[in-house]
Amino acid sequence: MTINPDWYLALGVVLFSIGALGVLVRRNVLVMLMCVELMLNAANLTFVTFARMLHDIGGQVLVFFVLVVAAAEVVVGLGIVVAIFRRRSTATADDLHLMKG
Amino acid sequence: MVGLLGALTAASTTHASWVDVGTFAVAAAIVLAGAVGVVVARNPVHSALMLVMTLFGIAVLFVLQRADFLAAVQVIVYAGAIVVLFLFVIMFLGVDREENIAAEPLRGQRPLAVALTALGATGLLLLGQVSAWATGAPHVAGPDTGQSNVALLGKSVYTTYLFPFEATAALLVIAVVGAVVLARRPAVAAEPVQKDRSAVAADEPGAPDPGEEARS
Repeated sequence: MTINPDWYLALGVVLFSIGALGVLVRRNVLVMLMCVELMLNAANLTFVTFARMLHDIGGQVLVFFVLVVAAAEVVVGLGIVVAIFRRRSTATADDLHLMKG
Repeated sequence: MVGLLGALTAASTTHASWVDVGTFAVAAAIVLAGAVGVVVARNPVHSALMLVMTLFGIAVLFVLQRADFLAAVQVIVYAGAIVVLFLFVIMFLGVDREENIAAEPLRGQRPLAVALTALGATGLLLLGQVSAWATGAPHVAGPDTGQSNVALLGKSVYTTYLFPFEATAALLVIAVVGAVVLARRPAVAAEPVQKDRSAVAADEPGAPDPGEEARS
Protein backbone atom coordinates (compact mmCIF):
# COMPACT_ATOMS: atom_id res chain seq x y z
CA MET A 1 0.00 0.00 0.00
CA THR A 2 2.60 2.52 -1.01
CA ILE A 3 2.92 5.31 -3.52
CA ASN A 4 4.00 4.66 -7.07
CA PRO A 5 7.80 5.12 -7.12
CA ASP A 6 7.53 7.30 -10.21
CA TRP A 7 6.36 10.17 -8.03
CA TYR A 8 9.49 9.96 -5.88
CA LEU A 9 11.68 9.95 -8.97
CA ALA A 10 9.85 12.93 -10.46
CA LEU A 11 10.29 14.77 -7.16
CA GLY A 12 13.99 13.89 -7.29
CA VAL A 13 14.27 15.34 -10.80
CA VAL A 14 12.57 18.58 -9.75
CA LEU A 15 14.68 18.89 -6.59
CA PHE A 16 17.89 18.27 -8.54
CA SER A 17 16.88 20.91 -11.09
CA ILE A 18 16.18 23.49 -8.40
CA GLY A 19 19.60 22.78 -6.87
CA ALA A 20 21.34 23.06 -10.24
CA LEU A 21 19.52 26.32 -10.94
CA GLY A 22 20.68 27.66 -7.58
CA VAL A 23 24.30 26.77 -8.32
CA LEU A 24 24.06 28.53 -11.68
CA VAL A 25 22.19 31.62 -10.53
CA ARG A 26 23.43 32.48 -7.04
CA ARG A 27 26.77 34.18 -6.48
CA ASN A 28 27.25 33.70 -2.75
CA VAL A 29 29.63 30.76 -2.38
CA LEU A 30 27.92 29.49 0.78
CA VAL A 31 24.52 29.43 -0.89
CA MET A 32 26.06 27.65 -3.87
CA LEU A 33 27.37 24.95 -1.52
CA MET A 34 23.89 24.62 -0.01
CA CYS A 35 22.45 24.13 -3.50
CA VAL A 36 25.00 21.36 -4.07
CA GLU A 37 23.60 19.75 -0.92
CA LEU A 38 20.13 19.98 -2.48
CA MET A 39 21.38 18.12 -5.55
CA LEU A 40 23.00 15.44 -3.38
CA ASN A 41 19.72 15.01 -1.52
CA ALA A 42 17.82 14.58 -4.78
CA ALA A 43 20.28 11.83 -5.73
CA ASN A 44 19.79 10.23 -2.29
CA LEU A 45 16.03 10.22 -2.76
CA THR A 46 16.32 8.45 -6.10
CA PHE A 47 18.78 5.94 -4.60
CA VAL A 48 16.34 5.02 -1.85
CA THR A 49 13.50 4.79 -4.35
CA PHE A 50 15.50 2.49 -6.62
CA ALA A 51 16.44 0.37 -3.59
CA ARG A 52 12.74 -0.11 -2.95
CA MET A 53 11.87 -0.71 -6.61
CA LEU A 54 14.58 -3.33 -7.15
CA HIS A 55 14.35 -4.85 -3.65
CA ASP A 56 18.05 -4.26 -3.20
CA ILE A 57 19.56 -2.78 -0.04
CA GLY A 58 22.59 -1.61 -2.06
CA GLY A 59 20.83 1.64 -2.90
CA GLN A 60 20.52 2.49 0.76
CA VAL A 61 24.16 1.61 1.37
CA LEU A 62 25.07 4.01 -1.42
CA VAL A 63 23.07 6.77 0.29
CA PHE A 64 25.14 6.06 3.39
CA PHE A 65 28.33 6.65 1.41
CA VAL A 66 26.89 9.77 -0.22
CA LEU A 67 26.26 11.15 3.28
CA VAL A 68 29.90 10.57 4.22
CA VAL A 69 31.15 12.19 1.02
CA ALA A 70 28.78 15.14 1.51
CA ALA A 71 30.13 15.68 5.02
CA ALA A 72 33.72 15.61 3.77
CA GLU A 73 32.84 17.91 0.89
CA VAL A 74 31.22 20.45 3.20
CA VAL A 75 34.17 20.41 5.60
CA VAL A 76 36.75 21.02 2.85
CA GLY A 77 34.50 23.44 0.94
CA LEU A 78 33.84 25.59 3.97
CA GLY A 79 37.55 25.46 4.83
CA ILE A 80 38.32 26.85 1.37
CA VAL A 81 35.64 29.54 1.78
CA VAL A 82 37.13 30.59 5.12
CA ALA A 83 40.64 30.68 3.64
CA ILE A 84 39.46 32.79 0.68
CA PHE A 85 37.52 35.12 2.96
CA ARG A 86 40.56 35.62 5.18
CA ARG A 87 42.66 36.65 2.20
CA ARG A 88 40.18 38.69 0.16
CA SER A 89 37.32 39.34 2.64
CA THR A 90 34.63 38.40 0.15
CA ALA A 91 32.33 35.42 -0.26
CA THR A 92 31.11 36.22 -3.76
CA ALA A 93 32.04 33.96 -6.64
CA ASP A 94 32.30 36.88 -9.09
CA ASP A 95 35.21 38.42 -7.21
CA LEU A 96 37.32 35.27 -7.48
CA HIS A 97 38.78 35.91 -10.93
CA LEU A 98 42.44 35.57 -9.99
CA MET A 99 43.03 32.84 -12.58
CA LYS A 100 41.15 34.60 -15.35
CA GLY A 101 43.27 34.76 -18.53
CA MET B 1 10.48 -15.63 -6.57
CA VAL B 2 11.46 -12.41 -8.31
CA GLY B 3 8.37 -12.56 -10.46
CA LEU B 4 6.21 -13.13 -7.42
CA LEU B 5 7.75 -10.17 -5.63
CA GLY B 6 7.27 -8.02 -8.71
CA ALA B 7 3.64 -9.06 -8.99
CA LEU B 8 3.11 -8.30 -5.29
CA THR B 9 4.70 -4.90 -5.69
CA ALA B 10 2.64 -4.12 -8.76
CA ALA B 11 -0.53 -5.14 -6.94
CA SER B 12 0.32 -3.05 -3.91
CA THR B 13 1.31 0.06 -5.84
CA THR B 14 -2.00 0.24 -7.66
CA HIS B 15 -3.92 0.97 -4.47
CA ALA B 16 -2.02 3.44 -2.33
CA SER B 17 -3.75 4.32 0.90
CA TRP B 18 -4.76 7.92 1.43
CA VAL B 19 -2.45 8.17 4.45
CA ASP B 20 0.54 7.42 2.24
CA VAL B 21 -0.66 9.77 -0.46
CA GLY B 22 -1.26 12.57 2.02
CA THR B 23 2.09 12.10 3.74
CA PHE B 24 3.88 12.07 0.40
CA ALA B 25 2.06 15.18 -0.80
CA VAL B 26 2.82 17.16 2.36
CA ALA B 27 6.46 16.02 2.47
CA ALA B 28 6.96 16.77 -1.22
CA ALA B 29 5.46 20.24 -0.78
CA ILE B 30 7.79 20.88 2.18
CA VAL B 31 10.80 19.65 0.20
CA LEU B 32 10.04 21.79 -2.82
CA ALA B 33 9.18 24.88 -0.78
CA GLY B 34 12.43 24.53 1.15
CA ALA B 35 14.44 24.06 -2.03
CA VAL B 36 12.93 27.14 -3.66
CA GLY B 37 13.54 29.03 -0.42
CA VAL B 38 17.25 28.08 -0.44
CA VAL B 39 17.61 29.50 -3.95
CA VAL B 40 15.61 32.71 -3.57
CA ALA B 41 16.38 33.72 0.04
CA ARG B 42 18.45 36.90 0.18
CA ASN B 43 19.97 36.21 3.57
CA PRO B 44 22.32 33.17 3.75
CA VAL B 45 20.99 32.34 7.23
CA HIS B 46 17.48 32.04 5.80
CA SER B 47 18.88 29.81 3.06
CA ALA B 48 20.39 27.51 5.68
CA LEU B 49 17.11 27.30 7.60
CA MET B 50 15.22 26.54 4.38
CA LEU B 51 17.78 23.79 3.76
CA VAL B 52 16.85 22.27 7.14
CA MET B 53 13.21 22.23 6.02
CA THR B 54 14.09 20.38 2.83
CA LEU B 55 16.25 17.87 4.72
CA PHE B 56 13.42 17.08 7.14
CA GLY B 57 11.05 16.57 4.22
CA ILE B 58 13.52 14.16 2.64
CA ALA B 59 13.78 12.30 5.95
CA VAL B 60 9.99 11.89 5.99
CA LEU B 61 10.14 10.49 2.46
CA PHE B 62 12.86 8.06 3.62
CA VAL B 63 10.60 6.81 6.42
CA LEU B 64 7.77 6.46 3.91
CA GLN B 65 10.01 4.15 1.86
CA ARG B 66 11.07 2.11 4.91
CA ALA B 67 14.59 3.47 5.06
CA ASP B 68 14.33 4.15 8.79
CA PHE B 69 18.04 4.18 9.60
CA LEU B 70 18.80 6.57 6.77
CA ALA B 71 16.05 8.92 7.93
CA ALA B 72 17.64 9.06 11.39
CA VAL B 73 21.11 9.57 9.90
CA GLN B 74 19.71 12.25 7.61
CA VAL B 75 18.35 14.25 10.54
CA ILE B 76 21.43 13.75 12.72
CA VAL B 77 24.18 14.26 10.15
CA TYR B 78 22.60 16.71 7.72
CA ALA B 79 20.31 18.82 9.86
CA GLY B 80 22.36 18.37 13.00
CA ALA B 81 25.92 18.70 11.76
CA ILE B 82 26.21 20.00 8.21
CA VAL B 83 23.70 22.83 8.50
CA VAL B 84 25.16 23.83 11.88
CA LEU B 85 28.56 23.95 10.20
CA PHE B 86 27.11 26.17 7.49
CA LEU B 87 25.54 28.49 10.06
CA PHE B 88 28.76 28.56 12.05
CA VAL B 89 30.76 29.65 9.00
CA ILE B 90 28.12 32.24 8.04
CA MET B 91 28.26 33.77 11.53
CA PHE B 92 32.06 33.44 11.71
CA LEU B 93 32.60 35.28 8.43
CA GLY B 94 29.88 37.82 9.15
CA VAL B 95 28.31 37.42 5.72
CA ASP B 96 24.77 37.28 7.11
CA ARG B 97 23.89 40.55 5.38
CA GLU B 98 21.13 40.63 2.84
CA GLU B 99 22.45 40.72 -0.68
CA ASN B 100 20.90 42.31 -3.71
CA ILE B 101 19.56 39.38 -5.69
CA ALA B 102 18.06 41.47 -8.51
CA ALA B 103 21.49 42.64 -9.68
CA GLU B 104 23.05 40.25 -12.16
CA PRO B 105 26.33 41.40 -13.69
CA LEU B 106 26.40 38.83 -16.46
CA ARG B 107 23.77 39.73 -19.01
CA GLY B 108 21.59 36.84 -20.12
CA GLN B 109 23.11 34.43 -17.61
CA ARG B 110 19.95 34.02 -15.57
CA PRO B 111 17.49 33.30 -18.43
CA LEU B 112 20.04 30.93 -19.94
CA ALA B 113 20.43 29.08 -16.62
CA VAL B 114 16.64 28.77 -16.23
CA ALA B 115 16.26 27.54 -19.81
CA LEU B 116 19.04 24.98 -19.50
CA THR B 117 17.72 23.66 -16.18
CA ALA B 118 14.16 23.43 -17.50
CA LEU B 119 15.47 21.60 -20.57
CA GLY B 120 17.38 19.12 -18.43
CA ALA B 121 14.43 18.48 -16.10
CA THR B 122 12.02 18.02 -19.00
CA GLY B 123 14.44 15.66 -20.71
CA LEU B 124 14.79 13.53 -17.59
CA LEU B 125 11.04 13.40 -17.00
CA LEU B 126 10.36 12.50 -20.65
CA LEU B 127 13.05 9.83 -20.48
CA GLY B 128 11.23 8.33 -17.50
CA GLN B 129 7.99 8.37 -19.46
CA VAL B 130 9.22 6.70 -22.64
CA SER B 131 11.39 4.05 -20.96
CA ALA B 132 11.62 2.19 -17.67
CA TRP B 133 13.00 4.09 -14.69
CA ALA B 134 14.98 1.12 -13.43
CA THR B 135 16.44 -1.84 -15.21
CA GLY B 136 19.09 -4.38 -14.36
CA ALA B 137 19.39 -7.32 -12.05
CA PRO B 138 18.01 -6.91 -8.55
CA HIS B 139 19.28 -8.81 -5.51
CA VAL B 140 22.88 -7.75 -5.84
CA ALA B 141 23.23 -7.34 -2.10
CA GLY B 142 20.26 -9.35 -0.87
CA PRO B 143 16.55 -8.67 -0.99
CA ASP B 144 15.06 -5.74 0.85
CA THR B 145 12.44 -7.80 2.65
CA GLY B 146 12.27 -9.93 5.77
CA GLN B 147 14.82 -8.50 8.17
CA SER B 148 14.77 -5.10 9.76
CA ASN B 149 16.26 -2.20 7.87
CA VAL B 150 19.14 -1.58 10.27
CA ALA B 151 20.21 -5.24 10.41
CA LEU B 152 20.12 -5.56 6.64
CA LEU B 153 22.04 -2.34 6.10
CA GLY B 154 24.66 -3.21 8.70
CA LYS B 155 25.22 -6.67 7.30
CA SER B 156 25.55 -5.29 3.79
CA VAL B 157 27.99 -2.56 4.81
CA TYR B 158 30.25 -5.00 6.64
CA THR B 159 30.21 -7.76 4.01
CA THR B 160 29.48 -6.69 0.43
CA TYR B 161 30.55 -3.08 0.80
CA LEU B 162 33.42 -3.56 3.23
CA PHE B 163 36.13 -2.09 1.01
CA PRO B 164 34.19 1.09 0.14
CA PHE B 165 33.42 1.42 3.84
CA GLU B 166 37.13 1.31 4.69
CA ALA B 167 37.79 3.80 1.89
CA THR B 168 35.35 6.26 3.46
CA ALA B 169 37.41 6.08 6.66
CA ALA B 170 40.45 7.21 4.67
CA LEU B 171 38.34 9.89 3.02
CA LEU B 172 37.21 11.27 6.37
CA VAL B 173 40.79 11.40 7.67
CA ILE B 174 41.89 13.22 4.52
CA ALA B 175 39.00 15.69 4.87
CA VAL B 176 39.94 16.42 8.49
CA VAL B 177 43.59 16.97 7.57
CA GLY B 178 42.55 19.18 4.65
CA ALA B 179 40.31 21.29 6.86
CA VAL B 180 43.09 21.74 9.41
CA VAL B 181 45.60 22.71 6.71
CA LEU B 182 43.15 25.17 5.12
CA ALA B 183 42.17 26.78 8.41
CA ARG B 184 45.72 27.10 9.75
CA ARG B 185 47.17 30.60 9.82
CA PRO B 186 50.76 31.03 8.62
CA ALA B 187 53.22 30.72 11.51
CA VAL B 188 54.17 34.03 13.14
CA ALA B 189 57.81 35.08 13.66
CA ALA B 190 58.28 33.43 17.05
CA GLU B 191 60.54 30.63 15.89
CA PRO B 192 63.85 32.57 15.33
CA VAL B 193 63.87 33.72 19.00
CA GLN B 194 63.47 30.16 20.17
CA LYS B 195 66.30 29.09 17.87
CA ASP B 196 68.66 31.81 19.17
CA ARG B 197 68.02 30.91 22.76
CA SER B 198 68.74 27.25 22.17
CA ALA B 199 71.88 28.17 20.23
CA VAL B 200 73.13 30.26 23.16
CA ALA B 201 72.39 27.49 25.60
CA ALA B 202 74.33 25.07 23.42
CA ASP B 203 77.34 27.38 23.21
CA GLU B 204 77.66 27.97 26.96
CA PRO B 205 77.20 24.80 28.91
CA GLY B 206 77.57 26.54 32.27
CA ALA B 207 74.92 29.18 31.58
CA PRO B 208 71.74 29.04 33.65
CA ASP B 209 68.70 27.65 31.89
CA PRO B 210 66.23 30.15 30.42
CA GLY B 211 63.65 29.51 33.09
CA GLU B 212 65.98 30.63 35.90
CA GLU B 213 67.06 33.64 33.88
CA ALA B 214 63.50 34.75 33.50
CA ARG B 215 62.76 34.41 37.18
CA SER B 216 65.76 36.39 38.43
